[in-house]
Amino acid sequence: MVELLLPKNSKVGKGRHHPAPAGAKNVRRFSVYRWDPEGTGNPVWDTYDLDTDAFGPMVLDALIHIKNNVDSTLAFRRSCREGVCGSCAMNIGGRNTLACTHGWEEVPGNEVQIAPLPHMEVVKDLVADLTLFYAQYASIEPWLHTSTPEPQGEWRQSEEDRAKLDGLYECILCACCTTSCPSYWWNGEKYLGPATLLQARRWLADSRDEATGERLDALEDPFKLYRCHTIMNCAQVCPKGLNPAKAIGEIKEMLVERVI
Amino acid sequence: MSANPKTGVYRTPLGRARGLGSAKSGVGRFIGERVTAVALLFLVTWGVWSALTLARGGFDGAIHWLGSPVNAVLLLLLAIVGFYHMQIGMTVIIEDYIGKPVTKALLLIANAFVCWGAMALTVVCILKIALMGGGS
Repeated sequence: MVELLLPKNSKVGKGRHHPAPAGAKNVRRFSVYRWDPEGTGNPVWDTYDLDTDAFGPMVLDALIHIKNNVDSTLAFRRSCREGVCGSCAMNIGGRNTLACTHGWEEVPGNEVQIAPLPHMEVVKDLVADLTLFYAQYASIEPWLHTSTPEPQGEWRQSEEDRAKLDGLYECILCACCTTSCPSYWWNGEKYLGPATLLQARRWLADSRDEATGERLDALEDPFKLYRCHTIMNCAQVCPKGLNPAKAIGEIKEMLVERVI
Repeated sequence: MSANPKTGVYRTPLGRARGLGSAKSGVGRFIGERVTAVALLFLVTWGVWSALTLARGGFDGAIHWLGSPVNAVLLLLLAIVGFYHMQIGMTVIIEDYIGKPVTKALLLIANAFVCWGAMALTVVCILKIALMGGGS
């Protein structure tokens, strides 16, 4: 349901300030959302004045620098550091993106504000709880469904049919799109969200799959699919340049094609 | 398995994601929204143009205008399609923003009553003037 104000326990206060090290020449302020589940207080913004000569160009470089040199209690996810795994998705300068591929110099304004993915339960600091997100992905059964006995070799596919998966298969499930979607904020328990629906389209578009009808049956629902109102935040924030809104539009087209 | 922080109910994440399953409906409303929108594009344009024209003719001119079957039918279609489109649109807005089941159900019922009631009243008024003239 729509929430116009933050819940009381989500109001963010002012946290600790970490001054720049002595002798730092190029200093930039990083404001980082902090919340400790073992504490009793509300979340706070901790500010870190960092010597930008001491780390690399990406926001993730700054976070790793903080963790290694300034404040080891900071929690965030990261793995590949090159935009492939999707672990370090967070809200940077008011926009969902990957910390590993987003340069801190790209963030306008005086300070670089870093928060967890919006409207999700927070596990700790910048770590959002993606349990439901992954379960929604599992619910569309993202694997090949066939009734025909398996061939001796591979399931064959023409180059043209394979090309239909371009723009769909590249999704890394970072949740930037889903957590930027107002429809998902208001109805996340029932609406599947852009990432899951893009993946649903990926299997609907696969010429080798034999369960198109069942997949469409499972999606035809006022909430699971039709909460998408083509707001387009998903396409704007996708760090891989994909367009989930277009994929959802294609699912809607398939459903219309089925009845006319 | 953990308790849903909002409801406190223990359920596996997959069970929670699947919920009550698919309603297996929605495409009808999706088509309805778009077809009525296209129809209204023409009907509203005609309606605005007619209203501007009628402003010069006075009360008697308007009664005479509505006596034409073509005008009466187009005005009926404008009212019926317009209120139907309004009901679909309001339904989507209520579903988007209202999460409490009882409040949502009451608002959806109220939406249907208001839209269909206003539609019926408008249709009767148009028919009365079209068939019986403007007298009481």
